[in-house]
Amino acid sequence: MLELILGKYNYWIIVVLMMTGLYIVVARGNLVKKIIGLNVFQTSVFLFYISLAKVTGGTAPILTGKDETFSNPLPHVLILTAIVVSIATTALGLAIVVRIREAYDTIEEDEIHEMERVDLASDREGREP
Amino acid sequence: MTAGLIPSVMPHLPILQVVVPMLAAPLCFLMRRGTVIWGFTTLVTWAAFATSLALLQATLADGTIRYEIGGWAPPWGIEYVVDATNAAVLVIVSGIAAVVMPFARRSVEAEIPANQHGLFYTAFLLCLAGLLGVTITGDAFNVFVFLEISSLSTYALVAAGAGMDRRALSAAYNYLILGTIGATFFVIGVGMLYMVTGTLNIVDLSERVPALQDNRTVHVAFAFLVVGLGLKLAVFPLHTWLPNAYAYAPSVATAFLAATSTKVSVYVLLRFLFMVFEPNYGFMAMTLDYVLLPLALVAMVAASVAAIHQYNIKRLLAYSSVAQLGYIVLGIAYGSVAGLTASILHLFNHALIKGALFMALGCVMLRVGDVTLRGVRGLGRQMPWTMAAFVIGGLSLIGVPLTVGFISKWHLIVAALGDGRWPIAAVIVGSSLLAVIYVWKVVEAAYLQDAPEGRVVREAPLSMLVPTWVLVLANIWFGVDADFTVEVARTAAMGLLRVTP
Repeated sequence: MLELILGKYNYWIIVVLMMTGLYIVVARGNLVKKIIGLNVFQTSVFLFYISLAKVTGGTAPILTGKDETFSNPLPHVLILTAIVVSIATTALGLAIVVRIREAYDTIEEDEIHEMERVDLASDREGREP
Repeated sequence: MTAGLIPSVMPHLPILQVVVPMLAAPLCFLMRRGTVIWGFTTLVTWAAFATSLALLQATLADGTIRYEIGGWAPPWGIEYVVDATNAAVLVIVSGIAAVVMPFARRSVEAEIPANQHGLFYTAFLLCLAGLLGVTITGDAFNVFVFLEISSLSTYALVAAGAGMDRRALSAAYNYLILGTIGATFFVIGVGMLYMVTGTLNIVDLSERVPALQDNRTVHVAFAFLVVGLGLKLAVFPLHTWLPNAYAYAPSVATAFLAATSTKVSVYVLLRFLFMVFEPNYGFMAMTLDYVLLPLALVAMVAASVAAIHQYNIKRLLAYSSVAQLGYIVLGIAYGSVAGLTASILHLFNHALIKGALFMALGCVMLRVGDVTLRGVRGLGRQMPWTMAAFVIGGLSLIGVPLTVGFISKWHLIVAALGDGRWPIAAVIVGSSLLAVIYVWKVVEAAYLQDAPEGRVVREAPLSMLVPTWVLVLANIWFGVDADFTVEVARTAAMGLLRVTP
């Protein structure tokens, strides 16, 4: 049991982070907090890739001519790309939140839903745009 | 000069397919005048369409093309792989873009503020490049990167509808949250596959994963990939982002996205499900039978019922898209050559149907500015060509003979009956009857109700009618003479399942 917890501690950290992030996305009504949750969730995936590349006793993959074991650099490179994607997503998400604030005057999800219900009803009644 | 140019360009078509729209995108941003940007974008989409046709012809003649980027051979480099399946998807994506673009000029001028035109076309081309990249690449991680390029630009395209309706913003936000979760799930799955196989190349994966059918990590990777892609392609309970995104995006964006983006996700699902995992027994085969199949059936009925209750016609068609994606997933869940043929066929046919319908609605939006059932009252007489296009598209959606909708439903039902699953065939027919109801609601408003007093509406301009009718006639053409599309779909299905003819 102890081995299951300590021996695979990296996965436990990843799982906890992932669930925390997803929970924030689902449970929070504040649109900015949701994006932060999304960030936590994505970070767990970055850690997942990085930790799976670790080779026990391995060092940074720099060729020195000596006989050494190296960690696998490929997942690290991949995750650099994923970090860029994540930053772009965050930036775009926050930009949309700013626009939502301008259009609805709130960034609380339930209040926006309420206003959209009104919008949907006035579609039927023939509100002039 | 030209004689020497063509042979030297031919071997590089796979990379040009993606790089041309991608490099053209920032140029749009630099240009000032709306018409110039539009003309440039149109030329780029036509070039992309020509490239994809050449690729399809080359794959049908010579088989699979493998292109090593920068001369780096796999497993180190990324390779692009073009076979019958993705060549067909490339043709769908770039073909729809090439038809939508001539239509876009008037529609974009009417719906998007002038200072945002450059950004809109930039996002459009990036989305196109992303979708083409997802389709053509042979590297699992590269799929994720292109998926995010197309998704990020899609969120921007949806949000561009904010000038018309503020709900475009919250729709884009919801899509961003769910789309990102979907893409992240996908990348978790890819990471786990890399963990057990040590490769990201899809061809290599397809050689190593089937030997690991009972590996727990592979099972988890499978689950993450299916759920992640399910979010992207709007499988029934994961479809909630779709109706609002399609309803409030600008008409041009809706017509393009409805016809292409979910189709590309379906393609990725097909590729991973059948080429990499080969679900023949156990956990993965049960996922097809007990998860995807029931969800597809529920989607076909529930989304059609939801469509009947809509008042906004774009939203109505969006729910109908969820139902139609149910048909596609149904064919995938059969897991047989006949089922996959029907799925791939409907991929193409549904792109034609929804492209035509949403473009007809774009014409209504331009002239009336209202795409609800109230807005289309009396349009049957005031905009006869537009509404005729909508009616033919609607008949195709229902699956009336001589239209493409009939061809795909016929193949789906034959595939169901071939396995003796006649209750499924009954659900397909039942769901088509529901489609009759929601298409009729629009027809009734347009032809049987009178136009509001004093509303003067002219027919849509030719620059919009011609592209719409090109798709409408394609609906009829491929509905009458389906030999070619069925042949391509069957070749693709057999390629995916590795069945030799």
